[in-house]
Amino acid sequence: MTDQKSLLVIGGTSDIGRAAALRYARAGRRILLASRDPDAARRNADDIAARAGVQVDVFRLDLLEIDSFEAFTDGLPLLPDTVLCVAGELGEQQRAQSETAHAVRIIRSNFEGPALVLGVFAERFAARGAGTLIGVSSVAGDRGRGSNYVYGAAKAGFSAFLSGLRNRLAAQGVRVVTVKPGFVRTRMTAGMKLPPLLTAEPEEVGEAIFAADEARKGDVVYVRRVWRSVMGVIGLIPEPVFKRLRL
Amino acid sequence: MTALSGWGRWPRHETEVLSPETPARAAAIQATADGVIARGNGRAYGDAAVGERITVSTRGLDRMRSFDPATGRLTAEGGVLLADVIAAFLPRGFFPPVVPGTKFVSLGGMIASDVHGKNHHRAGGFGDHVEEMLIALPGGDVVACSPERNADLFDATVGGMGLTGTILEATFRLMPVQTGWLRRRTIVADDLDDAIDALAASARSTYSVAWIDCLARGEALGRSLIYTAEHATEDDLDEADGTIAPFPDLPKRGFAVPFDAPGGMINRASVGAFNAVYYRRGAARAGPPELVGWDPFFFPLDSIGDWNRIYGSRGFLQHQCVIPAATAHAALGTILERISSGGRPSFLAVLKQLGPGRGPLSFPMEGFTLALDMPVTDDVEGLLGDVDRVVREAGGRIYLAKDARQSRETFEAGYPRLDAFRDVRRALDPDGRIASRLSRRLGL
Ligand SMILES: Cc1cc2nc3c(=O)[nH]c(=O)nc-3n(C[C@H](O)[C@H](O)[C@H](O)COP(=O)(O)OP(=O)(O)OC[C@H]3O[C@@H](n4cnc5c(N)ncnc54)[C@H](O)[C@@H]3O)c2cc1C
Ligand SMILES: NC(=O)c1ccc[n+]([C@@H]2O[C@H](COP(=O)([O-])OP(=O)(O)OC[C@H]3O[C@@H](n4cnc5c(N)ncnc54)[C@H](OP(=O)(O)O)[C@@H]3O)[C@@H](O)[C@H]2O)c1
Repeated sequence: MTDQKSLLVIGGTSDIGRAAALRYARAGRRILLASRDPDAARRNADDIAARAGVQVDVFRLDLLEIDSFEAFTDGLPLLPDTVLCVAGELGEQQRAQSETAHAVRIIRSNFEGPALVLGVFAERFAARGAGTLIGVSSVAGDRGRGSNYVYGAAKAGFSAFLSGLRNRLAAQGVRVVTVKPGFVRTRMTAGMKLPPLLTAEPEEVGEAIFAADEARKGDVVYVRRVWRSVMGVIGLIPEPVFKRLRL
Repeated sequence: MTALSGWGRWPRHETEVLSPETPARAAAIQATADGVIARGNGRAYGDAAVGERITVSTRGLDRMRSFDPATGRLTAEGGVLLADVIAAFLPRGFFPPVVPGTKFVSLGGMIASDVHGKNHHRAGGFGDHVEEMLIALPGGDVVACSPERNADLFDATVGGMGLTGTILEATFRLMPVQTGWLRRRTIVADDLDDAIDALAASARSTYSVAWIDCLARGEALGRSLIYTAEHATEDDLDEADGTIAPFPDLPKRGFAVPFDAPGGMINRASVGAFNAVYYRRGAARAGPPELVGWDPFFFPLDSIGDWNRIYGSRGFLQHQCVIPAATAHAALGTILERISSGGRPSFLAVLKQLGPGRGPLSFPMEGFTLALDMPVTDDVEGLLGDVDRVVREAGGRIYLAKDARQSRETFEAGYPRLDAFRDVRRALDPDGRIASRLSRRLGL
C-alpha cells in the first residue's frame, strides 16, 4: 500500500466532476470515475491521466439501480479517501407535472440514488474512522420555485440527507460536505441564458470542492459567495409574497 | 443562425453553429453537412473559420488522449487549446516545439494554419512536428494519416485551412525544457536593413523576432528592437539569482477590454507614443541577456483579454506577408514607407525570418515575414491593395490565417503549389461540401 490518496467521482462524465477530478489529480491523487456510460467516462479518464500523470480507472454505476450499490462498493480496488457525488439530472419541470414517470426519474436521480450511494460509503467510512463525503446539491433545493420544484425538492431532500449524515458522523472522523454551486456553465445548462456574475466555470467549482476538502473545513459550500446572500434574501421573502412571484 | 467573424471582427457572416461534444459526433456532422467548416478558437483574423452555411465548433473536442513522459509524445483531440497543453506539461518539464503569438489557439487550428513561431528558421512550422492525425473527411469517414501513411492527405491538411476535413485528433512531440524561463537578448537596429541583417545574423538563436517602430520615417524607417532568446537552463537561473522558481506560476488572466473602444482611439498619436515608449524601454535594455518568463516572452498580448476590441466596433485587419530573402530589403522598405506615409497607425509591426513551409498551402517560405494591424476604415483597401501589389511583384504571399480581403490574383500568384492542393481536395470532396467564407472568396 502506498499513501497516495484517492478520489471517487460518481458522475464521471459530468463537467463539474471532470473539473474536480482533474484538480485532485494535479495534486497527485489517484482517481476513480463511476459512470453509467463507462466508454464516455473513459474519455475523461484518459484526459485526466494524460494531463496529470496519475492512474485513473473507470467503474460502471447507474444510480437508478439502488440494489447494485453494495456490490459496486465491494468491487472497487480500494475504499477511497473522498467520495464526490456530482450525478444528477435537471429534467423538465413541465413534463414532470403531467408525466409521473419523469418526475420519479428526477427525484430518484437527484435524491434517492445520490443519498443512498453516499449512505453506503458513510457506513464504511465510519467503520474506518475516516473519509470525506461530498455531495453536489443545489440552491434550487433552498426554496421551491414554480419553474423547477421537482428537481428542487429532490435536491432539498439530498441536502437534508447530507445535513443529517454530517450531524451523525461528525464525531466519528467522517466529514460530510454539501456543495451548492449556483449556476455553472456545463452541459446541463447549455443553451440557457445565465447571468455572468452568478455563473461559475466548472473549474471554479472543482477548485472550491478541492479547497474545502484540503482545508478540512466548510460544511456547506456556495461556490460564488453572492449566492449565499441571494439565497438568504430569497429565503426571507414571506410566503404570501413569494407565491405571487414568477420564479 | 449567428453572425460570426474571426479575431479581427470583420467581416461578419451569418452561419449555423454546431457544437459536437465528441469526435464521433463531429464525424457524423461531416457525413451530411454541406457548406461546412471546422472552427477552433476563432483566432484566425479573417473569414477562414466561418462556414459558408455551417460552422462546426471543435471546442467540445478538448480531451487529451495519452502522454508518454519518456518521449514527450502527446495525443490530443483537435479542440484542445495550446494554453491547456502548456498548463499541463510545462510544470512537468515539457514545452511545445512551435507556438504562435497567442496561446489561445486550438491544436486543430495550429495544424490547419501550419502556424509558425519565433523559431521557424530552425524548427519549421507546427505541422513539421505532427506525427499523426485522425481526420473526419467529407462523407464522414475517419482516416488516420501521417507523413508516411496517406501522405497527400497529411500534407494538404497541414496549412490546409480546414478544407480537407475536421482534425479530430493529433499526435506530436513536446520538447524537454529545464525551466519556464528564457534568456533574452535585445539588439537595437537603426533602420530596416539593419533589422533584416540582424535577424539573418541571429539564425543560430533558437528564437528571434523584431518589433518595428512603424512611425519612424526617412533614415530611421524600420528602426527596430530585435529579440533573440534561448530556453534558460537550471544553471542559468542559479547564476542569475538562486531564488527563482524554475516554473513560474501560471498567469491569471489580466484585465480585459470591457467594451468596444471608439474607433478613433487608436490614432496616430497614441500609437506613436506607444512605439516611442517601447523603443526607449527596450533600447535601454540592450546588452547582456535577461531572464523573461515564457508567457510575456511568447504571448505578450494574452495578458489583455479581448484586446481585439480596442480597434472599435468596425473591426480591424491584420496584414501578414512573407517576402523571399532576395527581394525582402527593397519590398519591405516600400511597404513600410507606404504604411507610415499614409499616417496609418499600426499597433503592431512584427518582422520574423521564415524557413521553407511544408504543405502545398502552408504560408512559410524562405524569407522575411511582416505583420501589421490596422482598423477597418473606408480607405484601408486602397492602402492594402498597394501593399499587395508590392508583395506580388516581390514574389511573396499573404497568410490565409490573417486574411479577410486579398484578391484571387494575389492569392494565386503567391501559392504556386495551389494546383496540388486543389487535386487533393477534388479527390476528397468532389461536391465541394467543405466550404468556408475564405474558400469561396478565393476559389479554393
Ligand atoms: C494575437 C495573435 C497572434 C498570432 N500569432 C501568430 C503567429 O505568431 N504565427 C502564426 O502562424 N499564427 C499566428 N496567429 C494566427 C493563429 O495562430 C492562427 O489563426 C490559428 O489557426 C488560430 O487557431 P484557432 O484554433 O483559433 O483556429 P480558428 O481561427 O478557429 O481556425 C483557423 C483555421 O483552422 C481551421 N481549423 C480549426 N480547427 C480545425 C480542426 N479541428 N480541423 C480542421 N481545421 C480546423 C479553420 O477551418 C480555419 O481555417 C496569431 C493570432 C492572434 C490572434
Ligand atoms: N450546471 C449547473 O448550473 C448546476 C447548478 C447546480 C447544481 N448542479 C448539479 O451539479 C451536478 C453536476 O452537473 P453538471 O452541471 O456537471 O451536469 P452534467 O455534465 O449533465 O452532469 C450530470 C451527471 O450526472 C450523471 N447522471 C445522471 N443520472 C445518472 C444516473 N442515473 N446514474 C449515474 N449517473 C447519472 C450524468 O451521467 P451521463 O453522462 O451518463 O448522463 C452526468 O455525469 C448535478 O448534480 C447538478 O444537479 C449543476
